[in-house]
Amino acid sequence: MTREGRQGRANATPVLSVRDLIVEIPTRAGTVRPTDGVSYDIRAGEILGVVGESGAGKSMTGNAVIGLLDPPARIAGGEILLNGERIDNLSRDKLRKVRGRKIGMIFQDPLTSLNPLLTIGDQLTETILEHLPVGQPEAQERAIAALEEVGIPAARARIDSYPHEFSGGMRQRVVIALALCAEPDLVIADEPTTALDVSVQAQIIALLKRLCREKGVAVMLVTHDMGVIAEAADRVAVMYAGRLVELGPVREVLTRARHPYTAGLMASTPLASLGHRRLRQIPGAMPRLNALPPGCPFNPRCERAEDKCRQPPAPGLEACEGRAACWFPLTPDAEESAA
Amino acid sequence: MLAYIIRRVFQSALVLLIVGLVAFAMFRFVGDPVDNMLGQERTQADVERLRQQLGLDQPFPVQYWRFLEQAVQGNFGLSYRQGRPVSDILIERLPATLELAFVSGLFALAFGIGLGVFTAIRRKGFAANAIMTLSLIGVSLPTFLIGILLIYVFSVELGWLPSFGRGEVTRIGGWTTGFLTESGIKALILPAFTLGLYQMTLIMRLVRTEMLEVLRQDYIRFARARGLRERAINFRHALKNTLVPVITITGLQLGSIIAFAIITETVFQWPGVGLLFINAIQFVDIPVMAAYLMMISVMFVGINLIVDLLYFAIDPRLRVDRSAGKAT
Ligand SMILES: Nc1ncnc2c1ncn2[C@@H]1O[C@H](COP(=O)(O)OP(=O)(O)OP(=O)(O)O)[C@@H](O)[C@H]1O
Ligand SMILES: [Mg+2]
Repeated sequence: MTREGRQGRANATPVLSVRDLIVEIPTRAGTVRPTDGVSYDIRAGEILGVVGESGAGKSMTGNAVIGLLDPPARIAGGEILLNGERIDNLSRDKLRKVRGRKIGMIFQDPLTSLNPLLTIGDQLTETILEHLPVGQPEAQERAIAALEEVGIPAARARIDSYPHEFSGGMRQRVVIALALCAEPDLVIADEPTTALDVSVQAQIIALLKRLCREKGVAVMLVTHDMGVIAEAADRVAVMYAGRLVELGPVREVLTRARHPYTAGLMASTPLASLGHRRLRQIPGAMPRLNALPPGCPFNPRCERAEDKCRQPPAPGLEACEGRAACWFPLTPDAEESAA
Repeated sequence: MLAYIIRRVFQSALVLLIVGLVAFAMFRFVGDPVDNMLGQERTQADVERLRQQLGLDQPFPVQYWRFLEQAVQGNFGLSYRQGRPVSDILIERLPATLELAFVSGLFALAFGIGLGVFTAIRRKGFAANAIMTLSLIGVSLPTFLIGILLIYVFSVELGWLPSFGRGEVTRIGGWTTGFLTESGIKALILPAFTLGLYQMTLIMRLVRTEMLEVLRQDYIRFARARGLRERAINFRHALKNTLVPVITITGLQLGSIIAFAIITETVFQWPGVGLLFINAIQFVDIPVMAAYLMMISVMFVGINLIVDLLYFAIDPRLRVDRSAGKAT
């Protein structure tokens, strides 16, 4: 498919549409929802950054989309649409054909993502042969091209190397090549730079950004790093206790947060581009999923909480113009006082 | 890698020297060879002459050196009981033991890996759990009991398989084989199963544990995320990684099959070196015992070496010389 074609079609339908997604895990202490009523779209050539504290449900949401939830976790509600077609109810084998081919995934640790006993060429060609109607020689050429695309020098000579012969940053490039080699429409990158050192992080993010623009791939970029978000994302989704609490264009969210949690998150993050501010911690900790307070899950930690916040129902994004899940959002120019 | 191999060979030689010392010490301290060789009627002069002939008047290290010299040439002297060179007797008996060990090793390896993979992939299935439970029984029953049970069922009650001996053997050069006749193959089944069962269960449990561990690794998850088939994930990605740690232990297990063969050979009256050794103990036939000891240790050490080299073949991370130039 040509880039124009892909983008042309994608302009009409988002590549990924998640609608009211609910993931449930039955536990001894009752059923918990690590993802609860999450909705968002990602269009072709767009990077959606997903942020939130550890345990907020970011990975769970990504795993649900690619169909890799570890039992007993399961999708209990909502829809996942890829190019307008539902994929959350596909059979195992159909879903397998979507993975790798339509959705690529990049994990956190490049040191452990690659099979140490197979050459990177083997791992690339097995993926290509699985998904594309090509023969071995063609697959080999495509593998080399994929490596060149992610900036592996002398790709032709290094295709028969084993993963341990590469540095961490180079390995993450190989992982990206693997995720992209069958030309997926969507890439889910779950903390792709967390395990790398800082100088390499910037290169990997720049690479992801470039590939996203050039190939018109939709990217879901999960990260803790606000700097990465500011650098790469077009839009940001902020998650808290399994819910989407704020969703909007990156500049808007970073500089004019509407949800008190997002504002608190920004205030506790050192971010050069936002100017110098004294770092502040949000008081308290994210509640455990089996001990969520009634109403808005953020209310025990929120300075602005009122009675309405402590009673069900919990607010959705529509409570504030589809932007923030808050009954009493910060006003756009109230940023200074909040921070 | 070369340095590593040289070091391993050196270590192996050291181990063999020490085993040689033990074997030699048997000659010196368990019974007096001169007593054994001269009858009741002997003079002091006879004894002195024989001691000199045998070099027993030399200092200990010199004697040990001589013993080693002879041993390396495969010369362990004459069997006290049969009066023939020990090496001839051993060579005669060796094919029986090697064929038995080979077949039971193959059985243990094939079924151990197969069932290990199966029980790991179908972790929660009924069949997998049944196999795991049965394997516990297999590990805890002593070999001779299993052998006797098998003889009772298949030889005594059903009369399908012979209970002792090797059946009809064919002579090919210096080698005798039971593979070529029906009775030879029939005679192999029970002893090979008995001998291999314990190793099989060990290998199976090891493979299962390793496989479950490997299936939890990130690269398996990543392989799933790339949309590979379960078969490719289980056998191409997981099994290969499982085998790396399994190889060492399996190799040593195969080595111990030959040592364990003593019991099985006794139960089934299998005419191999193990049975020879048991008989030698009964008759205090020290040259045979010493030679058997040396032979077993050479095999153990040899297998160990081969296992280490296999490691290099299967795990590219160890082939440092190949990657050193390219590493970034
Ligand atoms: N088997 C399980 N039983 C109960 N709760 C679980 C189970 N597995 C995960 N969870 C919960 O699901 C929630 C979501 O986890 P997830 O991995 O999606 O978080 P995350 O946002 O990716 O965090 P991180 O930044 O640490 O990667 C966590 O609060 C976790 O405690
Ligand atoms: Mg995560």
